[in-house]
Amino acid sequence: MKKRSTLIGLGLLALFAVFPLVEGSDYYRHIVIIALMWVVIGSSWNLLAGYTGQISFGHAIFFGVGAYSAGICTTKLGISAWWGMLLGGPMAMISGLLLGWICFRLRGSYFNLATLAVAEVFRLVAIYWRDLTEGMQGILIITTFRSKIPYYFLALGLAALCVFSISRIMKSKWGFYFVAIREDQDAAEALGISSFKYKSLSLMVSSFFTGLAGAFYMNYMGFIDPEVVFSLYFISIMAILVAMIGGAGTVWGPPVGAFVMVLLQELFRSSFFGYAPKWVSEAHALAFGLLVILAIRYMANGVVGDFPKIVNLWNRKKPMPSGAGGIEI
Amino acid sequence: MSFFEIKRLTKAFGGLIAVNDLSSSVEEGEIYGLIGPNGSGKTTVFNLITAYYPITSGTIHFRGKETNGLPTWKICKAGIGRTFQIVKPLRRMTVLENVMTSAFCRTSSSTVARDRAIEVLHFCEMGKKLDYPAKSLTIGDRKRMEIARALATEPKLLLLDETMACLTPQEQAEGVQLIRKIRDSGITIIIVEHIMQVIMNICDRILCINYGQEIARGTPSEVANNQAVIEAYLGKE
Repeated sequence: MKKRSTLIGLGLLALFAVFPLVEGSDYYRHIVIIALMWVVIGSSWNLLAGYTGQISFGHAIFFGVGAYSAGICTTKLGISAWWGMLLGGPMAMISGLLLGWICFRLRGSYFNLATLAVAEVFRLVAIYWRDLTEGMQGILIITTFRSKIPYYFLALGLAALCVFSISRIMKSKWGFYFVAIREDQDAAEALGISSFKYKSLSLMVSSFFTGLAGAFYMNYMGFIDPEVVFSLYFISIMAILVAMIGGAGTVWGPPVGAFVMVLLQELFRSSFFGYAPKWVSEAHALAFGLLVILAIRYMANGVVGDFPKIVNLWNRKKPMPSGAGGIEI
Repeated sequence: MSFFEIKRLTKAFGGLIAVNDLSSSVEEGEIYGLIGPNGSGKTTVFNLITAYYPITSGTIHFRGKETNGLPTWKICKAGIGRTFQIVKPLRRMTVLENVMTSAFCRTSSSTVARDRAIEVLHFCEMGKKLDYPAKSLTIGDRKRMEIARALATEPKLLLLDETMACLTPQEQAEGVQLIRKIRDSGITIIIVEHIMQVIMNICDRILCINYGQEIARGTPSEVANNQAVIEAYLGKE
């Protein structure tokens, strides 16, 4: 099992490494780059929510802080936005500690709502602290490379690093402690686990990687504004969807979910590449809503978590009871 | 000073005094029973010792150190393990993973934790069920797993909260043996139990409480023949 997982990982890595050399179209490369970025964000969200049970509606905070760290390197410090790749992670981690310090006093839905509120505060600060962030005008930088290839490999590296790190963490003491807190915080405390400490550690790792993804986004896209990078819908909710659709509480769930969601988003945005009527592109929020309802009803553990169920469905056998992993709704 | 000592322990939930001026001490190596009718405050005492509730007044000393004021997880680190009356399995983990999680209390190495967990599970006669998902266990096995989980944190003092309730007579007999085995391995035990057969059998000393107050203490036979205890359980003539 252990070996198989490593082999799948290496196989995928090799496949993705070859892809941009075979596929010449920048359009497809772009989609894969964005999907790889979502692998990072979805996996990070999954560490905190899927494994540690602390469902965050505020991951836009870390993405935004990471992106702005990179942007501000150029606009205020006059250095390359690439320094953001070093700065973005730690800065996001600091905002993560702030979020934890505020929100980890609360449990369950109260925690979820608190993260939502703090994320809105960050968005508003980014809009109104014009001296630092340029407000709604956003930050525009000149991207370093015209080719997609360097960005592609950077995104691939980040995604691989993130998935690998999280799968390693989950096999260690931290991983056991995270899941224990998810399953029963009171029982965890009785086993000598400081739930505040380990929730904070989970949040730190999660925010670090999300911040890296944000810094990457700034460098790749060359433009950010608060409504994009601190967006509830485009970042925080999307992070949840990626992990939920793929399978929260599994290592391979968010990577699968990232590709599913980015492809779906692209299909709707382009009205199924122009084959569907134009209004379809307007309806993508609606479609995502329906998708979530269906996923929660029939596939609560996501594509990866409920894979045996899907296979059985294919073979027209009685579905197996859903196994370990996933979030209890 | 005794191995474990509570002094003038009081807990008030608003106007309701759940534990009232309770003092007691437990010596190293004994099995100490805590009994009382339903709602007499036994579980509350455990929740006070392990800091799930803050104490209203009084002190708790464990091996010469005051433990009141410490958070729950530090009390576990200090060497007090517990089980829950309403079992709290980590549902979506296997039996082995449950116990490994608690074995990490004394080590950071997965291999050491795994070996320790397997050892404890064999000690508790759960060796055949290592890979069962915790949520699939019967109530008897869940209780056993809770004991194993508490043992894997390597406690010096173990608080057992109604580990025999809901068990078949056969399972109870096995449970009594297990508790004796735990004591013989050098762990002091405080046990809350309703089943008199069990408690009279294994305890060295018993404290009986009602309405959070002490009504009797002594050896099992002393307590069993105490008029106040009989009245508390059966009512007055």
